[in-house]
Amino acid sequence: MALMRTMAALLLLVIAFGAAAGGIELREFDDPVMEKRYHDLTASMRCPLCENQAINDSDAPISADMRERVYQLLQDGQSDIEIINHMVQRFGEYILYNPRLESRTYLLWGLPIALVLLGAMVVVLMIRARRNASAKALSAEERQRIDALTNRKGSS
Amino acid sequence: MFIKMIPEIGHFALIIALLMAAVQAVMPLAGAATRRPLWMAYGQPMAVGQFVFIAIAYACLTASYMLDDFSVANVANNSNSLLPWYYKFSAVWGNHEGSVLLWSFMLAGWGCAASLFTGNLPRDMVARVMGVMGMVCVGFLLFILMTSNPFERLLPGMPQDGADLNPLLQDFGLVVHPPMLYMGYVGFSVVFAFAIAALMGGRLDAAWTRWARPWTNLAWAFLTVGIALGSWWAYYELGWGGWWFWDPVENASLLPWLTGTALVHSLAVTEKRGSFKSWTVLLAISTFSLSLMGTFLVRSGVLTSVHAFANDPARGFFILMLLAITVTLSLLVFALRAPRVSHKVGFNWLSRDALLLVNNIFLVIMTVTVLLGTVYPLILDSLGLGKISVGPPYFNTLFVPLTVLMCIFMGLGSVTRWKSMAARDLIRKLWLAGVAALVIGILMPLLYRGEWNLFVSLGIVSALWIVLPMVRDVFDKTRHASSFLAGVRKLSLAYWGMVLGHVGVAVTIVGVTVVSNYNIERNVRMSPGTTVEVAGYQFTMTELTERRGANFLADTSILQVQRGDSGSSFTMRPEKRLYLATGMPMTQVALRPGLFRDLYVAMGENLGDGSWAMRVQYKPFVRWLWLGALLMAFGGVLAVLDKRYRRTASTREAPKVASQDDSTQNSAREATA
Amino acid sequence: MKRRLLLLLLPVCFLALALFFYQGLSLDPSQRDSALMAREFPTFEASTLRDENRRVDQTLLKGEVTLVNVWGEWCPACKQEMPQLLELADNDIRMVGVNYRDTREKGMQFLSEFGDPFEVNIFDPEGELGFDLGVYGAPETFLVDADGVIRYHHKGYVSPQDVRERILPEVEKWR
Repeated sequence: MALMRTMAALLLLVIAFGAAAGGIELREFDDPVMEKRYHDLTASMRCPLCENQAINDSDAPISADMRERVYQLLQDGQSDIEIINHMVQRFGEYILYNPRLESRTYLLWGLPIALVLLGAMVVVLMIRARRNASAKALSAEERQRIDALTNRKGSS
Repeated sequence: MFIKMIPEIGHFALIIALLMAAVQAVMPLAGAATRRPLWMAYGQPMAVGQFVFIAIAYACLTASYMLDDFSVANVANNSNSLLPWYYKFSAVWGNHEGSVLLWSFMLAGWGCAASLFTGNLPRDMVARVMGVMGMVCVGFLLFILMTSNPFERLLPGMPQDGADLNPLLQDFGLVVHPPMLYMGYVGFSVVFAFAIAALMGGRLDAAWTRWARPWTNLAWAFLTVGIALGSWWAYYELGWGGWWFWDPVENASLLPWLTGTALVHSLAVTEKRGSFKSWTVLLAISTFSLSLMGTFLVRSGVLTSVHAFANDPARGFFILMLLAITVTLSLLVFALRAPRVSHKVGFNWLSRDALLLVNNIFLVIMTVTVLLGTVYPLILDSLGLGKISVGPPYFNTLFVPLTVLMCIFMGLGSVTRWKSMAARDLIRKLWLAGVAALVIGILMPLLYRGEWNLFVSLGIVSALWIVLPMVRDVFDKTRHASSFLAGVRKLSLAYWGMVLGHVGVAVTIVGVTVVSNYNIERNVRMSPGTTVEVAGYQFTMTELTERRGANFLADTSILQVQRGDSGSSFTMRPEKRLYLATGMPMTQVALRPGLFRDLYVAMGENLGDGSWAMRVQYKPFVRWLWLGALLMAFGGVLAVLDKRYRRTASTREAPKVASQDDSTQNSAREATA
Repeated sequence: MKRRLLLLLLPVCFLALALFFYQGLSLDPSQRDSALMAREFPTFEASTLRDENRRVDQTLLKGEVTLVNVWGEWCPACKQEMPQLLELADNDIRMVGVNYRDTREKGMQFLSEFGDPFEVNIFDPEGELGFDLGVYGAPETFLVDADGVIRYHHKGYVSPQDVRERILPEVEKWR
C-alpha cells in the first residue's frame, strides 16, 4: 500500500515536471486569425532536439520555449516572415520544415515541376508515335485484305 | 533440457535455411543456363525447405519470448515477464533482429508459395524465378547471421528480467501493422523475380504478366493495409491526432506503394495490349528496390525519425551493400537485356492505354517527389551544404496538386475503351457525372459549414469525379441484363476489383479533405466539475483517479460526454501512464470513433491545482481515410480472385479473344443501340 | 545502341544515390553548426550567479578570447565535463559560464561541488540568453573572439580528446 502511494507520488512528479505531453498547453487568443497563424507557425518549425517532431507536438523544454517566443512575437505584431527569420537566426535553417527557396534547394523545388512538364512532353510524343504506328499498320492490313479479296475473287 | 536449447535449434535452423537458399540461388539458374532439367528442378524443393527451416527458427524465437527466456539477448532487451502474452508474441517483431527474421520468414513464404503455383509456365522461367528469389533470401539470411542474430545469448550472467517493450509499442497496432506491411514489401519480390527471370530468358511475352498480376495485386493489397494500419496506429497512439507526418519512415513505405500502384496498372496494359513491356519490367524492379531501400533507410540511422530502429552503422553498411548489389545488378540486367525493338502497339489520344500512361507518369512523378524530399537533407549534408529539413509543408504543397490532377484523369480512365474512343462517346457518357461532381462539390462546404472553401470543394469534386463515371459505367454495363443483379453477376471480379479500388481512393480523398479542413481542436483546463463544449458535444470531467495496470501506473480522468441537449451520452477515459520498467510516461488517448466523426481527448500536463490541461478534438470523417484504404485493398484481393486465374491451361488462351474485356463488348452494344 | 546507353544511366544514377547513402552512414544527423557562427554574441543584460547586484552585458565578451560554456545543475554531461573545463581554465583561457535554467541555489551548489573554472557566471534562469544563442540542450560551448564574434561552437559533452584536438587549436587560431 505504501509502495503504491510512493509510486503514485512518483507518477505525479514525473508527469508534472516531465512531459507536457505534446505541447498541450493553455494559450489565450483574442483573434482567431492569430490563433491560426500560431498553429501554422508552430506546426512548420522543427524541434531542434527531437527525432523529427514539430514544436507544436514535442515535449522538449526547448520546444516549449520556442512556442512561447512565437506567441510573444505574434502578440508584438510581427509578421510570419519576421517570426521565422527570428527563429532561424538563432537555431538555423534546420528548424524549417518548409525549406526556403535558395540556390541549394532549387533542385528540390524545381525537379518535380520540371518532371511534370517533361512528363507531359513524353505523353504527347509517345501518343503521337503510337497513333502514327497504328495508322501505318492499318493501311498495311487493309492492303492485305484487299489482296486476299481480289485473290479470292480471281480464283472463284 | 530440450527447452534450454531452443535458441540454438533456431540458430541452427537459420544456417540450414541459408544453405538451402544458396542452393536455390545457384542450381536453378545454372540449370536454366545449361539446360539441365535436374538442376532446374532444385528450385522448388529448396524453396519449400528453406521456408520450413526459417519457420522453425521463427518459432524458436517466439518460443523464447513466450517462455520468458532472458538468456536470449533479444528477449532480455525487448520483453518483460509482466508483459501480456499477446505483446510478448508481437515483441518478436518489435525490434530490429526479430523484424528482419520476420521479413526473411515472409520472403521464404512467398517464395515457397510461388514455387507451388507455377502452373504452366515454362520450366526454365520458373527456375530463374526461384534462382532470383533464392539470391535475395541468401542476402537477408547472411545479414541476419552475420550482423543481426536474434539468438545471441547472455550467458552466464543472464538478467532477472527483461528491459520491457517500449510502451509506445505495447499496443494492438504492433500486433497488426508490421506483419501486414512486411507482407506487402516482401510480396513484391515475386514480381521482381519474375521480371528478372523474364529479362534473363529474353521472354517478355504476355505469359509472365498474366502470371504475375495476382501476386502483384495481393502484395499491393497487403502494403495498402499495412500503410493504413501504420497511419491509424500513429493517430491514436501518439496523442496529437495527426495521421501522416511525411516522416522518412512513413515515406519509405509510401514509395513502393506508389510505384506498386503504377505497376498494377502497367501490368494490365501489358497483359491486355502487349505494350509497355519494358516499362512494366522496370516498374517491377523499382518497386522491390524501393522496398529494400526502405529497409535500409529505416535501419541504418541515416535519417532521423521517431519510428526508426536503433541505429548501427555496421548493419547499415551491410544493408546498403545488399541494396546496392541487388538494384545495380537488376538495373544492369535491364539495361542490357531489355528488348531493343518493341512492336509499337497503337493507341489514340482518348484511350485507356493513353490514360494509363498518364496515370503511370503521375505516380512516377509522385514517387520521385517523395523520394527527393526524403533524401534531400542527406544529399545536401553529404555535399557539405549544410543541414536542412524537409517536412509536411513541402510534401503537401507538391503532393496535393499532383493528386488532384491525377484524379481528373482517373475519372476518365476507368471508363474509356482500349485503343481508341470517340470524344463524342466519352462526353456523352460522362457529362452528367462531371456536372454532378462540380455541383455537389461546390455546394458541399456551403451545406456542411455554411461557408465556401476552395480546398474542400476541390477534394470533393475530385472524389466524385472518380466515383460517378464508374457509377455510370456500371449502369451502362448492366442495362441490358435481365435484372440488375444478373447484370452485376456477369461482371467479372476483376472489374469489381477495379471499381472498389478506385472507390477506395475516392473515399480516402474525402476523408483527408474533410478532416484537414474541418478539424476542431481546443486546449482547455479541466478539473472535476468543469464542462467544455466542442462542436456541439458537452465534455464534463466527473472524476480524476489513479489506477494500476499490468505494467504501469496511470492518472485517469473520467469524462461524461453529451451530444447536444438530448443526444447520446457516453464516457471517455483518457489517461497519463507511467510504465514501471522503463519509467517512461505516456499519453493514452480516449477515442470515441464513429463513421462520420471521431472524438479525441488527450491529457496534457498536470497544472498542479487539481486541474489538467486537456486537448479535445472533433475530427470529422477521419475514419474514411482508412476505410478507403481497406476498400482499395479489398479491391485488390477481388482482382486476385477473378476466375480467369483459376482456369486450367486448355481454356487459358480462349479468354483473350472472347474477352473479359467488357469494354469491347460494350462498344459493340453501344454502336448498335 | 543509343537506347542501351540511355538505359545504362539507370544503374549509374542509382549508384550515385547509393554513394550518398554511404556518405550518410558516417554523418551524424545531430551534429549541426550553430546558426551564430561568425556573428556577434547576442546582446543581453543579466545578473551574475554569485552576485545578484552585478549586471553584465555583451561587452563582457569583448577584449579577450573567451570560452562561453552553457551549463545547468540538472545536466549530467555538464558534471562529467567539468574536469576538462577546469583544465582549459588552467591553460590560461578566459572562461565565462552561463547558468542555464537553474535557481541560484542549484547553480552555486553545482560550482561548489564540481569546481568553478569560470571568471564569471551569467545567471540565466529563464533561458533567455540561451535561447538567443540557439542553445537547445546543455552543455554547449562557444568560442568568442576578442571582438565579441562567435567563432567556434561545440555541442554537447567536451571530452579530453575534444580539448586537445579542437578547442585548444581553435583558441590559438583566434588569439
